[in-house]
Order: sequence, then C-alpha cells, then structure tokens
Amino acid sequence: MPSTRDIRRRIKSVKNTAQITKAMQMVAAAKMRKAQQAALVGRPYADLMNAILAEAGPRIASFKHPLMEIREVKKRALIVVSSDRGLCGGLNSNLFREVVKLDKGSTYVYVTAGRKASQFVARTKRQLAAEFTYKDAPSFAEARAISKFAQDLFLKGEADAVDILFTQFVSTLVQQPKTIPFLPVGKISAVTAGVNAPQPELPSSGVRTDSFEFEPDEKSVLSELLPHSLNFQVHQILLEAKASEHSSRMVAMKNATDNAKQLIKDLTLEYNKLRQSNITKELLEIASAQMAVG
Amino acid sequence: MATIKLEIVTPEAKTYSDDVDMVTLSGTEGEMGILPQHMPLMTQLVAGEIIAKKGLETIFLAVGDGFVQVTGERVAILTDMAILAENIDEAKAEEARQRAEARLAEKITEEEAASAGAALAHSLAQLKVKRRQR
Repeated sequence: MPSTRDIRRRIKSVKNTAQITKAMQMVAAAKMRKAQQAALVGRPYADLMNAILAEAGPRIASFKHPLMEIREVKKRALIVVSSDRGLCGGLNSNLFREVVKLDKGSTYVYVTAGRKASQFVARTKRQLAAEFTYKDAPSFAEARAISKFAQDLFLKGEADAVDILFTQFVSTLVQQPKTIPFLPVGKISAVTAGVNAPQPELPSSGVRTDSFEFEPDEKSVLSELLPHSLNFQVHQILLEAKASEHSSRMVAMKNATDNAKQLIKDLTLEYNKLRQSNITKELLEIASAQMAVG
Repeated sequence: MATIKLEIVTPEAKTYSDDVDMVTLSGTEGEMGILPQHMPLMTQLVAGEIIAKKGLETIFLAVGDGFVQVTGERVAILTDMAILAENIDEAKAEEARQRAEARLAEKITEEEAASAGAALAHSLAQLKVKRRQR
C-alpha cells in the first residue's frame, strides 16, 4: 500500500505533466488557427488552377511537354510529407502505415518533407533520394525546391511516376492520409489538395476539336503553367499538412490534459481516503491507549 | 447586353469575382480587351493593370504575373498579386519599389533575383495604376 507521501508526490508529477500538455495545447491551438486559415485561402486558387488545366489539357494538340510524358512505370518515387515533431496523435503513424501499404516490396524511391518522414524512411531502410524541411509557415520557395527536385527526378528518368503522400486537412478532428499522383502531368492536374475540388476528367484519348487559342503558343504557355501549377500544388500540400499537424497536436494535447485531470481527481480521492483511514487508525490507537491507562 | 464573368484569384484570396462588360489586361503579346463571347484563349499575364468595365463603373486593379484563361462566359485570372486600385498604398508601393531595385543592384543568386524582380514588377504595377487615377 502506498503511503500518503507517495500519492502526494504522484499528484504533483501528474499536475506538472498536465501543465505542460495544457501549454502545448494552447500553442497548437493558436498555430492551428493560422495554419487552417492559410490552407483554406489557398484552395480557391488551387481549384481554379485545376479547372484551367482540365479545360486546356484535352485541347493541347501539337505539343507534348516533357512533364506530360507517360512512360512505362518501372521506377516510382514517393514524396512523403510529415511533421517535424511528434506528440501529434496518430498523424504520422497513419501516414507511415499508408507508406507500408503502398510500398510492399520497398521498390519506391523516397523524397521526404519533414523530419519524421526521413527518420521513418531511414529506419525502415528504404531508399531515400532527398530530404527537405519546411517551416511552420511553409513558404513558396520551400515548396518550389521540393517540386523542382521531383521534376528533375522525372525528367532525368530516375522515376517514371511520382506520387505524393500527405495528410489532408478535413476538419480539426479529421485528417486523412492521402496519396495523389504528381507526375507525369496528364494524370495529375485533377486532384489538388482542396477537399471539394471538382475532379475534372481528362479524357486520355482524343483531342477536343473546338478551337482553343494559346498566346503566344502552346509551348510557351505550358512550359510556364505546368511547373508553376506543380509548385503551387506542393505548396498547397505543405499548407494542408501543417494544418493537419497542428490540429492533430491540439486534439492530442487536449486529450492528454483531460486524462491528466481525471488522473489527478482519482489520485486525490485515493489520497483523501488513505489520509482518513490513517486518522481513524490513529484515533483508535489513542483511544485504546487511554483505555489501557484508565 | 451580355456580360462575362471575371474571376481574379491569388494564393491569398479570391480578390474579385463579378460579371462585367469588358476586361482589358496585358498579356505577353501586349494589351488585349476581352468582350463576352470571346473565343477560348489561354495566355500568360504580365504584371500590370487590369481594367474592368461594368456598366458605367470602371474598376482598376494592379496585378502580378500569372495566367489567364478565357472561355466564352468566363475570364479566369490566376496571379500572385491582385489589389484593387483604391486599396493601393502609394507610399508603401514606392518604398517596395526602391527596396526591390536596391536588392536587384546587389550581387544575388538567380533565385533571389527572380523574387526581387517579381516584387519590383508588383510595386511598379501598383504605382502605375495609382498614378493613372489622378
């Protein structure tokens, strides 16, 4: 049976833990609001970009951009976007479960964003092509670096298809790991990060015959538009991942704080019971001692 | 009279979305006016001004580089900056212009030069729109 002192000590330690988790919850909540905001305002742009690509895609007749080249897929690359730090509930483990599901025979080449992902890839002895980091407020330059690297992999033939795996932000309570095709383009353009983004169908065969003018010409417009849309897509994905991370951490920390509070309550009850029984015992001892004397 | 829907979207916000009578914008090939029922077109947008006519009203916007897609009933503009003329702060734009010019004058990497160049184009577009107002 633990002494009252032991219980008191435990209560104190749990209280300290609760204080820390509470503080982390507050910080995550503040960051979450900002990150969610950032992720949400980017969606109309992403959606419109998709609509434009979907509209223009089928009408491209004479010109094939190298990023659109569909090859037989021998080597695949996967971009994994995780958080840098832990303590965010099941966020990263859900993500990595998805990786294991996708890549049964470890045949993928990995590009990681976020420290947890690179640790995972290293730990499971998968092939890491590059690791990137991104800050709390992901900048466009960071996204461009990742996107550029993936495009280079594809153009150099080191990967015939590139997918991207990230955590999509649905709401504060719900975040989903999601894999979307990134390269070659023809396939991508459809899905960006927006949840309700229309999924425009790109008919793979047949060019729409109604005229669609490109100014100055298809080549120069596309060679600007495609890389830009890919960069932007990565940027939006980073924003979504950040929003997911902070939401997930906020919820995890809130649960931890609630649990700690419950634990404190239970321990306090136990402590009081023990204290009372100690007092009763002492009273009995005094009474019986007096009876013996008297 | 037929109208055409003008949508201007930046990564930060949907800046403008309304039915207008005519849109004038500057593409890589020079300025162009777009009326309803324009033929489908896809082009690049250069930093500059966009003028939208709606009834008797004329709306001026300063925009950065981007893309324009025209279908019969819609003009979709994707750009990295778009500010309505009345929201432009001239002093700030002037300051930004000088800062960007100073940065360009220094020895910097290609990447930095590109971002400084974009910043310069943004501020110039804002100044152009603002000064035309007077």
